[in-house]
Amino acid sequence: MAADTRTEPRTIGPVALPSAERFRPLLGLLVPAALVVVWHLVVATGTVAAYQLPTPLRVAETLSGMAASGELWGHVAVTLRRVALGAGLGIVAGTAFGTVTGLSRTASDLLDPLLQSLKNIPSLAWVPLFLLWFGIGETAKVLLIAVGAFFPVYLNLSTGIAAVDEDLLEVAEVYDLGRVESLRRVVFPAALPDLLVGIRGGIGLAWMFVVAAELIAASQGIGFLLSDGRTLARPDIIVGSILLFAFLGNCSDVAAKGVRDRVVGR
Amino acid sequence: MSSDADPVLAVDDLRKRYGETVALDGVDLAVADGEFVAVVGPSGCGKSTLLRVLSGLEAQFDGRVAVGGTDVRAGGSDDVGMVFQEPRLLGWADVRENVAVGLPADVDPERPAARDRVDDLIETVGLDGFADSRPDELSGGMAQRVSLARGLAYDPAVLLLDEPFSALDRLTKADQQDHLLDVWERRGTTVVLVTHDVEEAVYLADRVVVLDGQPGTVASVVDVDVERPRERADPDLVALRREVTDALGR
Ligand SMILES: Nc1ncnc2c1ncn2[C@@H]1O[C@H](COP(=O)(O)OP(=O)(O)OP(=O)(O)O)[C@@H](O)[C@H]1O
Ligand SMILES: [Mg+2]
Repeated sequence: MAADTRTEPRTIGPVALPSAERFRPLLGLLVPAALVVVWHLVVATGTVAAYQLPTPLRVAETLSGMAASGELWGHVAVTLRRVALGAGLGIVAGTAFGTVTGLSRTASDLLDPLLQSLKNIPSLAWVPLFLLWFGIGETAKVLLIAVGAFFPVYLNLSTGIAAVDEDLLEVAEVYDLGRVESLRRVVFPAALPDLLVGIRGGIGLAWMFVVAAELIAASQGIGFLLSDGRTLARPDIIVGSILLFAFLGNCSDVAAKGVRDRVVGR
Repeated sequence: MSSDADPVLAVDDLRKRYGETVALDGVDLAVADGEFVAVVGPSGCGKSTLLRVLSGLEAQFDGRVAVGGTDVRAGGSDDVGMVFQEPRLLGWADVRENVAVGLPADVDPERPAARDRVDDLIETVGLDGFADSRPDELSGGMAQRVSLARGLAYDPAVLLLDEPFSALDRLTKADQQDHLLDVWERRGTTVVLVTHDVEEAVYLADRVVVLDGQPGTVASVVDVDVERPRERADPDLVALRREVTDALGR
């Protein structure tokens, strides 16, 4: 009997498919793997010239060579540090502004129209201004990334707090929780899922903005590597840097999603 | 009965509108200290609205409504607790935390005494074993009992209950009714209970207020002068039940 219950969810029709669900996430790798094969074929057959697109193997060799020499880690570390600092700063500021505008109608009326219009400015448009204001040092880059991370956090939290179920606020009122306790026990927990969605989006935008910052004014970092690859006419470095951005951005997104699912999913 | 003493709840010519809808029109009601009043009436006649006004949740209405002598519009009163018609539980919090929301503000929910009180209440509403469950793991009737426990945790001077037993089966309902009577007698709480169940109203209350809708007005008030503890099948109660039912039937 016990064994029956255990296998039941995995049974499709009369045939038991043990742990088929376990492999489901791997389906997402199928299409990229096929693309790599196609990529290799178009370059190997000469359909695309090798100076425009190196073979996947070539890119892997370049990356592993740079990893072995230690050069790669320096760039990765610099970029990671910028993203972490910038995203952290943006998340803190977004949380602060989102809380204030979510709680106070007046603050929202004062600030929201401005912030809503600023959010539409593309990342690259900020770069010259930030260089002018903060020079080409780390400050400009971290602040630029913070601007990117700020908006999703701000927008999600602000609407999340403002949209907390009126019924629950009435409960807090009737039971005299008081301002602080009703924030701590009702408003913030209710808006937490929105905050986490915002943080996930903010981290994503931090990666967009770090590219803008590093492409234009940097002597280190993956973005610098990217523009350096162009200067040196090294497509393998260009493609390698892009893949590196994709990989790291994806890792941070999976981590942010994991945190969200853990907190909200229960 | 004790209407000569200053009433704890005083409603004077209350008129409440929601836009075009007149929910209550010229309602008068005085509830004495420690009195148990039941309010019955057809759906949509303004019973919940009346409780909302009494609890201070409605800022806009005509007429005078006072709790313990102070106008309800002059800031929500700490003395009034309300069990809403819907459970209104915090979806992310477990049963224990939801009940603890009702603990008075000066009680630290982390203290062992407070925890014991919360666990006691969870047991009295028949939910022992579910203290760590979340609202989405509860049935409708269980959620309603969590909400009831939260209201009891508040231990207010005036307890407003909006159909608190509507989702319960007969036996559980009878248990919870008797428990409410127990709390009411022990704590001297003033209770206003909204219900659709005439039998329940007559069994529990000192007085049954029959509302007529819409707009809601007081159709009649039936005094229940029957000794406590009462027998549910008491012929006097059965007769009063008929009287209330007649008042309800337009
Ligand atoms: N927030 C609101 N906005 C508009 N109209 C409302 C609102 N709340 C209640 N009403 C109206 O007021 C009237 C009384 O509603 P109320 O909820 O007090 O009825 P009730 O007697 O509690 O009914 P039920 O027994 O079904 O719970 C209804 O006609 C309803 O449509
Ligand atoms: Mg109602």
